[in-house]
Amino acid sequence: MSEGYPLELRKAIRVVEETREERLKKKYRRLTLEERDELVKKWHPDYRPDTKRELKVGPSRGAIVYNEVADLLEAWPIADPSKIDLSTIDYDVDILIIGGGGAAASAALWSLYSGIEPDNILIATKLRFGDANTVKAQGGIQAADRPVDSPVRHYLDTIGGGHFANKPELVRALVMDAPFIIKWLEDLGMMFDKTGEGEMIEYSGGGASRRRLHCARDYTGLEIMRVIRDEVLNKGINILEFSPAIELLTDPETGAVSGAVLWNLETSEYIIVRSKVTILATGGFGRLHLAGFPTTNHYGATADGIVLAYRVGANLRDLDSAQYHPTGVAYPEAILGELITEKCRSLGAQLVNVNGEQFIYELEPRDVVASAIIRECAEGRGVLTPTGVCGVWLDLPMIDMIRGPGTIKKNLPAMYRQFKRHGIDITEEPVLTYPTLHYQNGGIEINVYAQVLTPQGTPIPGLLAAGEVTGGVHGKNRLMGNSLLDILVFGRRAGMTAARIVKETSSKPKISFKHLEKYTAELEKINVPKTRKAPIILPDYRGNPDYRGKNPYLKILEITY
Amino acid sequence: MSTEKKTTKTRTVRIYFMGKAYDVPQGLTIMKALEYIGYRFIRGIGCRGGFCGACAVAYRLAGEYKLRTGLACQTTVEDGMYITLLPYSPMEKPRYNLEEMRGEAGYILKIFPEIARCVSCNSCTKACPQELEVMDAIQAILRNDIKRAADLIFDCISCGLCSLRCPAEIRHVYVFQLVRRLAGKYLLPKAKHLEERIKEIESGKFDAEIEKLMKASIDELKKLYMERDIEKA
Repeated sequence: MSEGYPLELRKAIRVVEETREERLKKKYRRLTLEERDELVKKWHPDYRPDTKRELKVGPSRGAIVYNEVADLLEAWPIADPSKIDLSTIDYDVDILIIGGGGAAASAALWSLYSGIEPDNILIATKLRFGDANTVKAQGGIQAADRPVDSPVRHYLDTIGGGHFANKPELVRALVMDAPFIIKWLEDLGMMFDKTGEGEMIEYSGGGASRRRLHCARDYTGLEIMRVIRDEVLNKGINILEFSPAIELLTDPETGAVSGAVLWNLETSEYIIVRSKVTILATGGFGRLHLAGFPTTNHYGATADGIVLAYRVGANLRDLDSAQYHPTGVAYPEAILGELITEKCRSLGAQLVNVNGEQFIYELEPRDVVASAIIRECAEGRGVLTPTGVCGVWLDLPMIDMIRGPGTIKKNLPAMYRQFKRHGIDITEEPVLTYPTLHYQNGGIEINVYAQVLTPQGTPIPGLLAAGEVTGGVHGKNRLMGNSLLDILVFGRRAGMTAARIVKETSSKPKISFKHLEKYTAELEKINVPKTRKAPIILPDYRGNPDYRGKNPYLKILEITY
Repeated sequence: MSTEKKTTKTRTVRIYFMGKAYDVPQGLTIMKALEYIGYRFIRGIGCRGGFCGACAVAYRLAGEYKLRTGLACQTTVEDGMYITLLPYSPMEKPRYNLEEMRGEAGYILKIFPEIARCVSCNSCTKACPQELEVMDAIQAILRNDIKRAADLIFDCISCGLCSLRCPAEIRHVYVFQLVRRLAGKYLLPKAKHLEERIKEIESGKFDAEIEKLMKASIDELKKLYMERDIEKA
């Protein structure tokens, strides 16, 4: 129950109001590829020399990744093989799915549709089933399903947005499966925004050349998650909540992944799972606070999946790039770093500096817009909050002026509600924004069947991955609306592949920690301190509720068994 | 972030977490205040942004009898606040097959007969941190207006606070999940353009063009990308 903007910010808002009438008539011009390139290279955190380093161990040794990611890859396993008894198997299943979001749910349902019995599928989640970035995705899901659009355009938009670094066959899968995925959701009873005739109401997203974003108000990800979660529960698929995976298990003879060690967060017990196929759907790394940025991500987004996959030989790609969402909350402090959906800009809201000037076309790709905001603040054209956070204005009241009164409340209820709780009425007042860590562009390399690949390009037997934990789909930068699509497209492909592998595998695999021998020998060689362990499972904010500055959060959740 | 924090002394407020007093900086959410105190959450936490409903709380303010509810990640601490977490609302999820149902109240009442016990006390509405018209939605179901019920509670985040307050013991979280899916499946018209596009894809209409792009050099792709026409937002 805060009283809204303090006096100094109210004064600054006047400048925005004074220039609004004039700005309503003007669109900022689009940048050329060269201009985009120059802007991003000068201001984006991906290009800061102090944010990244070369990996010294593992299959992708020599690759450049963010420091916080390197810290977790060059770290000792939590699981101590000498203390964990693998002779008693707690769960013996065909398919183990690790993760609690949309990719996991999609994989589970498509394994089932492909003929696997619900009893032979196990979903293990870190927090509750559904606690994932999926539910926080507000803007929408892309699919080229209007007559003026085509999957070919969607392909070109995605590759261009990703700086032409995407893996082509994965992008083809993404765009060609997209309409089918929307249809699947429609049949499951998802409430898409539609006209009275059933036509999807679609918006443009940054970097997209057609209106292609399908929405459910600004709760699109939440609506997707709750529908597919409900269906998973209806089908009776087994779910083990509050039981994150801390290590994969491998067959000592074949090297195939054959299960995982889970850890019951509430009783501190280890849980041994054996499986013919394991699907990693663990999401991304926002809670590592790369380069000291706040994040939009959910509490469990700590990069566990890449840590586990790397130890069994997976290739990692594009982890030198992270997506900073251009518009995170810069004020009020209580919700610092939370997402202000790109849909605001799709609906017409402009970005404005302290002088009331536009400084970028608001629907450039995300890395371009983020770079422009960082530039404005670094060059003194930002607005300072009482606690010293810098930001620029997102002029939300324009939306109702362009699209008619009531548009904000109808299309952005989550946003309206979030700011109203802090005394700010976004139909009347602009909001202050600064980039926030949003998405893991890269990750585990997969093929179109969602099989995890080694650096040599061969699949690791028994291991699949889908969603944000993977790399290649989005290249070096993801477009808005392509992540909700990614999790469902590749979750589905993982589920179908898993079912096929299960049907081809007659014998049960053996389980061991054999893969750790080679990995820990490498760690020994470069003298990794014994206290540095991974995965960290959850961030540690004790005593420090402020995300800015140095990064004290990489501290594993202690195991007391 | 780019600038240094000013060194002004932060004012503190006194909160009582499960009865125990703590002084915490003003302006924090309840969630951040508890972390400031030294709690490392496992239960009662999820998205930290008001979408997942994991962090329901109940609280009273100093000198007030009124029991308030909210989300720990969205509610700012106030001086004299008595707080407890309500991380879970106990209820079994009924299993059903949507294919065997229609967008009619009868199907909902068969699984959740307790809806008929609603006494219109409006406790649910008062408890809702999303400020939804919860009771109106239950009444709309009873009038067989499923579409309206679904619209009223579309923004539900399943925190379960309404269900904890309800004297009729309605399992709102699961009732509303079914309501939305029935509305989405049976009461919203189907997107015809979507089916057309799926047929086109299945017939192989775009295969050759995509194949061409997959084989194109980066320079060719760059040229095509910059030359593509862009639809008005």
